[in-house]
Amino acid sequence: MNIEYTLDKIFPGGYQIKKDGLVISGYGVCKGREVGIIGTVDHAAIGVDIAYKLATSVLEVIRQFPGRPILFMVDTQGQQLTHRDELLANNAYLAHLAKCLELARQLGHRVVSLVYGEAVSGGFFATGMMAERAYALPDAEIRVMALPAMSRVTKIPVEQLAELCKTSAIFGPGIPNFVRLGIIEEVWEGQLEDCLDRALQLPAVYDNRADLGRERGGRKWAAEIASRVRNSAEKV
Amino acid sequence: MNLADWRRRDSFYEASARRRILGLLDKNSFQELLGPAERITSPHLEQLGFPVSFDDGVVIGSGSLDGKKVLIAAQESGFMGGSVGEVHGAKITGLLQSALTSNVTAVLLVLDTGGVRLHEANAGLAAISEILRAAFSVREAGIPILVLIGGTNGCFGGTGIFTSCCDYVIMSEEGRWSVAGPEVIETVSGVEEFDSRDRALVWRTMGGKHRFLLGEADRLVVDDIKAFRAAAAELMQKPKTFTLESILQEHRRLGDRLTTYGECKDALDIWKKMGIPEFNCIPLMDNDAFHAAVKPYLNGKEKYHEH
Repeated sequence: MNIEYTLDKIFPGGYQIKKDGLVISGYGVCKGREVGIIGTVDHAAIGVDIAYKLATSVLEVIRQFPGRPILFMVDTQGQQLTHRDELLANNAYLAHLAKCLELARQLGHRVVSLVYGEAVSGGFFATGMMAERAYALPDAEIRVMALPAMSRVTKIPVEQLAELCKTSAIFGPGIPNFVRLGIIEEVWEGQLEDCLDRALQLPAVYDNRADLGRERGGRKWAAEIASRVRNSAEKV
Repeated sequence: MNLADWRRRDSFYEASARRRILGLLDKNSFQELLGPAERITSPHLEQLGFPVSFDDGVVIGSGSLDGKKVLIAAQESGFMGGSVGEVHGAKITGLLQSALTSNVTAVLLVLDTGGVRLHEANAGLAAISEILRAAFSVREAGIPILVLIGGTNGCFGGTGIFTSCCDYVIMSEEGRWSVAGPEVIETVSGVEEFDSRDRALVWRTMGGKHRFLLGEADRLVVDDIKAFRAAAAELMQKPKTFTLESILQEHRRLGDRLTTYGECKDALDIWKKMGIPEFNCIPLMDNDAFHAAVKPYLNGKEKYHEH
């Protein structure tokens, strides 16, 4: 999905973005409220340079527009897989980006993300998954790994994986699976401006994803096990 | 280090998760939570017909270090590569959450993992993200989180990103730490980009020495559980701040790294540019020789420990 096409629909009241390579930043007006826009385009692979630019944009919002909500637009094929990125410690750059988004939340910025293109593993982890609530467009794509690659790694025949995907949300790619897991709060359909407005009206939440996953039946154990650990820790 | 010291070593690299915990904590202080007797296994591995483990590959609990109460989790390197699945991850998340109500001095995480367990792909990614959120709330409460890396699997994937979000990282030379592991880079980007069988290349790019020189690892210790314990005991006393100022400082540090070393092709080029005269010999130096050789060139920018 084209970034301008999507932003036109989210911000019929207008928006301004600047592009720096595959990184976009700017702001839009949603029902009279200014919302910071930060994200990537063209399925960007997120390496040290892009992660650093994204972090710069988040820090600009924090410093220049205290309290302004941030909409993180996700379109990434994952982390960049090069010798140079790991030599310079891509873990530190992706973590720095995650820390900037966490800092924004701690300082009172609402942070929501929208997967409008694709979202893959490490690139999604440090961006869209750091928002308090993550949303997706119906035709977007989310995955950790495509089934054929997963089949190679796990040595499980791809037919068997495809069969398991019919009953379980934890193996396969696709937005409906990530909704069931509680990772994606909701799919945005219809008037996107209303969707963003509604997301920003919701009360701030720290992390409701394991509970959502349990309610929706996609992740039955995460919330349960964490709660059992907390209960047994109290008795020690 | 002389021969007698070598013999007294208690290798961290080779040890099991439980052995590491027993060596790190005060004697007889460890109390396991949700231990093997409760038989908490991965339902997903079972569904796939894979072997399961009664702790799902991570041992968690509480104990004391130098008399101070700590929580600890240690991943078992021998089970599914220490990988994070739904149950495994939820155990760590629950442990971190309980730090908020347990009046503990610190949380110690012994990570030995390739990251997401691909057999539970989506749930594994979700689990690491939930660990990260829980960790931030622990840091916000002023309780430091220390990560120890020195096992056979290293620390990769989402877990590698997560680690950089904690207060302190203690590594041995044998530890490796990055996002994409050698095999992943080679498989996707080609052997010309990264030859995963070139062990020297792997260690000088992702190993403890380079991570320490970049200022990512706070301590580089010998492969000895006692050395990890001593470093943890010291660092757990001082949580790092998480404020706009500290993040801006990190931003400048990472920006400087891109400017200064962004064109370097190999770790050797970075070490040379740091001004270390014996940069070529670094991979061969033992821990004492390494610290002696690099100390004058850390410029006070990076954290340095007189060990």
